[in-house]
Amino acid sequence: MSIRDSLLAILDQGPCYGYQLGYEFEMRTGGSVPLNTGQIYSTLERLDAAGLIQSSGADDEGRALYTITPAGREDVQSWLSTPVPHDMRRNELATKLALAVSLPGIDIAHVIQTQRHAAMNTLQELTRLKRNSSSSVDGLDLGWSLLLDAHLFEVEAEVRWLDHCETRIARAIAENVDLSVPLNPDPPKRGRPTRAPASSASHTNATPKGADNVR
Amino acid sequence: MSGSAHSAANAQPIPAVRHDRDEIVLELSSVSRSYGTGDTAVTALDEVSLQLRRGELVAIMGTSGSGKSTLLTIAGGLDRPTSGRVFVNGTQITGLGAKKIAALRRKTLGFVFQDYNLVPVLTAIENVALPLELDGISARAARRSAKYALEAVGLLELANRYPDDMSGGQQQRVSIARAIVGDRSIILADEPTGALDSVTGESVLSMMRQRIDSGAAGILVTHDARHAAWADRIIYLRDGRITDETRANTLDGILATGA
Ligand SMILES: Nc1ncnc2c1ncn2[C@@H]1O[C@H](COP(=O)(O)OP(=O)(O)OP(=O)(O)O)[C@@H](O)[C@H]1O
Ligand SMILES: [Mg+2]
Repeated sequence: MSIRDSLLAILDQGPCYGYQLGYEFEMRTGGSVPLNTGQIYSTLERLDAAGLIQSSGADDEGRALYTITPAGREDVQSWLSTPVPHDMRRNELATKLALAVSLPGIDIAHVIQTQRHAAMNTLQELTRLKRNSSSSVDGLDLGWSLLLDAHLFEVEAEVRWLDHCETRIARAIAENVDLSVPLNPDPPKRGRPTRAPASSASHTNATPKGADNVR
Repeated sequence: MSGSAHSAANAQPIPAVRHDRDEIVLELSSVSRSYGTGDTAVTALDEVSLQLRRGELVAIMGTSGSGKSTLLTIAGGLDRPTSGRVFVNGTQITGLGAKKIAALRRKTLGFVFQDYNLVPVLTAIENVALPLELDGISARAARRSAKYALEAVGLLELANRYPDDMSGGQQQRVSIARAIVGDRSIILADEPTGALDSVTGESVLSMMRQRIDSGAAGILVTHDARHAAWADRIIYLRDGRITDETRANTLDGILATGA
């Protein structure tokens, strides 16, 4: 979540004090991304240094009013029109299952089942929250409800993927494929691992036994 | 529901059995169903036991062919098990004749299917009133109940439309109205959201849930985990057997910890 861009987008509506920005941000995002005062002011300092906002300097009460600059407005427009990339490095669950499926002696079905229970419980909890939240009367309620939806869809996708994994593993086992790949007694001395994601075409040699089954 | 109202309710004597939320309204006991014989025999359901209580919504999930629809049709008396027993409100329907089952079904059970199953030559309100009229209730009384059911699903203004002139979501709401019309207290739904977009699907579930919260009970077959999450319990079927179950957990800081 880009706090910098979010604060700038709020400032695009008109000049604000620092604490006011924190309030506006949290109100509109349902408190899903907690902001502390230190973060707000260090962000504002950086925005000021980059020429995207201007500070009025401290008034009698020690408060500074921040105003967006034309360069800042341009930044907001470019943020809104830039897609948020999918973060491929941070799928802890996918990494865990990828490991568990090839390491010998792991009850992968149990790992999947445990995960699905947790995911379904999360879905039930989110659904209850959603049912209890007021039906949209303004943008704030709708924003909160859409945030809940985002979590719901994300966890649903997780469950669907778990089902998919389960079916593929069951199929492989039914075809008598041995999924387990023991530790390599003769590991490469140095350098990068021999198996990288499918994109690398340079790893066609030295396929460890069974590694293709993991795909 | 404030805390004081709740404690006041607790001080009251135990309510009549009819409103007992723990009352078992539907029970499957070691139910099996197989098709064919010998080498070609298929066991669609294998010793399945399940209890459904008043106020409860149970979701059934499982891959295609796992026996979900078979379970639902047997639970609703549309099909008979090869072995095992089915009880509806304490009555063992597996021992009843076809006529008696049909009568019980019309009074107690409501079905919702993926493809709505509405009668095309009848209007929305006629479709909803039909099961009551089949049950011998006067046309006027049936119509009054149908009106009430259509109102509950927010479709009263389309009462005189024919199914073909309605959207999929509207037709599905009519079929929910038909499932809850009169005193029907058990809703059995087979992929009721399958053909609907996510927002419309949600409103259909919300209606089912409301009805169940106000004293009915239901079974929901679905492929969609998001929809199953509307249920109190989720049962997983595989090869005709219950392999797992998820119950609602306690209120914890789920949002803080994530899945
Ligand atoms: N009339 C029938 N004759 C023979 N086999 C049948 C019959 N009806 C169902 N089956 C078999 O029973 C099994 C369970 O079917 P069922 O329709 O209950 O599955 P399901 O879980 O509802 O699947 P789906 O998600 O595809 O709707 C399947 O293997 C199916 O082929
Ligand atoms: Mg089915």
